[in-house]
Amino acid sequence: MSEAIWIKNGRIIDPANGRDEVADLYIADGRICEAPAGKESEVANVVDASGKIVAPGFIDLRAHLRELGGGGRETIASGTRAAAAGGFTTVVCMPDVSPAADNPGTIRYLQDAIEKDACIDVLLTGSLTLDRQGEQLAPIGSLKQSGVIAVTDCPASTGNNEIFRRSLEYAAMFGLPILDLPRDPFLASNAVVHEGAQALRLGLPGWPRAAEELFVYRAVSLAMVTKAHVHLQSISSAGSVEILQRAKERDVPVTADVTPHHLALTDSALADYNTNLKTSPPLREESDRQALLAGLLDGTIDCIATAHEPYLEHEKDMEFDLAPFGVIGLETALSVSLESIVTSEAGSVSDMVAALTTRPASVLGLEKGTLSVGAIADIVIFDQHQEWVVAPENLESLSSNSPWLGKNMIGRVTHVIATGQLIRDSSLA
Amino acid sequence: MKKPANWNRKHLIGIEELDRSEIETILDMARSFRGTLDRPVKKLPSLRGKTVVNLFMEPSTRTRLAFEVAAKRLSADVISVGGKSSSLSKGETLRDTASNVQALGADLIVLRHSSAGSPLYLSRVLDVPIINAGDGAHEHPSQALLDAFTLRERFGNLAGKKITILGDVLFSRVARSNLWALSKLGASVTFGGPATLVPKTFSEFGAEVTHDLKKALADADAVMLLRIQHERQTSTHFPSLGEYTSMFGLNEARASWLKPDAIIMHPGPINRGVEIDSSLADSTRSVILDQVTNGIAVRMAILYLCSSVSDFQRKEVSS
Repeated sequence: MSEAIWIKNGRIIDPANGRDEVADLYIADGRICEAPAGKESEVANVVDASGKIVAPGFIDLRAHLRELGGGGRETIASGTRAAAAGGFTTVVCMPDVSPAADNPGTIRYLQDAIEKDACIDVLLTGSLTLDRQGEQLAPIGSLKQSGVIAVTDCPASTGNNEIFRRSLEYAAMFGLPILDLPRDPFLASNAVVHEGAQALRLGLPGWPRAAEELFVYRAVSLAMVTKAHVHLQSISSAGSVEILQRAKERDVPVTADVTPHHLALTDSALADYNTNLKTSPPLREESDRQALLAGLLDGTIDCIATAHEPYLEHEKDMEFDLAPFGVIGLETALSVSLESIVTSEAGSVSDMVAALTTRPASVLGLEKGTLSVGAIADIVIFDQHQEWVVAPENLESLSSNSPWLGKNMIGRVTHVIATGQLIRDSSLA
Repeated sequence: MKKPANWNRKHLIGIEELDRSEIETILDMARSFRGTLDRPVKKLPSLRGKTVVNLFMEPSTRTRLAFEVAAKRLSADVISVGGKSSSLSKGETLRDTASNVQALGADLIVLRHSSAGSPLYLSRVLDVPIINAGDGAHEHPSQALLDAFTLRERFGNLAGKKITILGDVLFSRVARSNLWALSKLGASVTFGGPATLVPKTFSEFGAEVTHDLKKALADADAVMLLRIQHERQTSTHFPSLGEYTSMFGLNEARASWLKPDAIIMHPGPINRGVEIDSSLADSTRSVILDQVTNGIAVRMAILYLCSSVSDFQRKEVSS
């Protein structure tokens, strides 16, 4: 049983309950409760949240934690510490470990590591196809029995439409959503950046929007046929937002997320071949960025997900076309989302919090992401004005491949409560 | 060595970032070096005691030799390293290879690499000047400068001249560097060839883009052919070499659309009978071999200028 916590004078933002007010919040026995567990002097932990925002713990639907075969880029321990530092109390772990999470044994191994090392809730995914090769179905039923909450070949996606269709039908039978990173492997075969003027200028092979949009169409068509729930990851193009909008109008069971970096950056940032801006899908143009932001705020895109992909410094320290795709995102998600949504006045703090909490929860049907009385006490407290610098010594992640490396950020998590435990308290640092 | 006027760059990465006066500084200096090439004793002492390393990670004959000759004309010691004979084939990173080259005493590195952006990358992690001798499909500044030099020798001022670049523009660093150089010198640049190899988006950078060969060649003062890199594009970017030649190859009939005194250029290597008729490549209108000789003078100017700035900066730091 965990100690009681009393959070005082914070601005409580709980979008699921339409709440935005300065008040106190009480926690006992790992859950949020109506009244304090005792007098202030009797409650073990009193947290002064004056001037800060108290919100449900963030939920990330796409993190690569590298526990198995990750070569020291990240582990369950470091990845969950990084998540907590970024305000996340739940992360969905991608199956691109080595060997792949395509069998119950690997899932069991990861569960043991989580049991031992994780400081927040880690939900596992299994791979959709064997060894994530896109050629043969993984034992999805057994993976479900082992405890996975979704199946995916992320960051790959099978180019074989028949396999994709059958995997949807098969996974839906077990009530498992399919997470898909839409990318036509032929249209994007050598691509390293968005196909546009910037790619031509830099002389880098371009990744057309169509490589994503065709696979968004594919997901919509096959979700319609199979009634399976497909969640599209890391949408990057304005065209994808349009396709999703039309699909949702027809109640096709598709959902989607967008990364903080796609909400904040465009390919204009690539002028000096910074490999910490090499992402899959690529950063696109301002019109895409605007459409993604609008899509997130009007609900066409369901939520924000970080696509946290750690790589060691020496792995990114090379020629742009040879460097791996991916950037870390757990620890910068809050600052970047605040800037893209709130500072830009595109939306409110509550909109941003919803995109990181109740909305990702509802994508996967998780009973999380609210501050309702009785809910599991997953809580983040952040100071939306605190400044900090993205530097290896300020990051919990073992990797520092961030687009914002060396940059000043605004907005920092000060406290994290995971299942009623105060696991992060910057006042003690 | 004193610091040259109008030139403050230690590295030559691309043409895009140069302004017109910088381009003219190189071309003017190349002009004076060009004169020395015809002397009986061709060596100048400017880079005596310096070591120039040609780090060529991609095959090259002309560019590598021209840089070697240029450095030798300036009395530098020259070492050339190729990709296959270097430790890159053993998995060593470019950064490590280049750092070792610097540690071995290179005063200047000339880099040819298949990755766009690699010279910029090296310029940030090493101390010695980096000269880009072609990086992927990004830039090939010394080629564009020797092309501009050759055009200026023929036409004087390039203002208002129409220069047409034909062929594989998409994958061509030569086309990009020439677009920047020639437009800064006042010429208008037309890119021609099949839609798969000449994307319309190039018009955003001021190029005229056309897939109509007659339009591309009509009234051009010069046409520059690009090598069709058939080893990589057949089947995806055009159907066959035969189809390419019949639709886009330069032959006598098509050359007649050019201005009467127009010149024919090619950065080499030529695929005779593919992008250009063999007879045209050898015709009096062809300046292909002049380009090669001019390339020595231009590279002497580049080596001299960048090396001077590097020396000057080092002296400033130590004083």
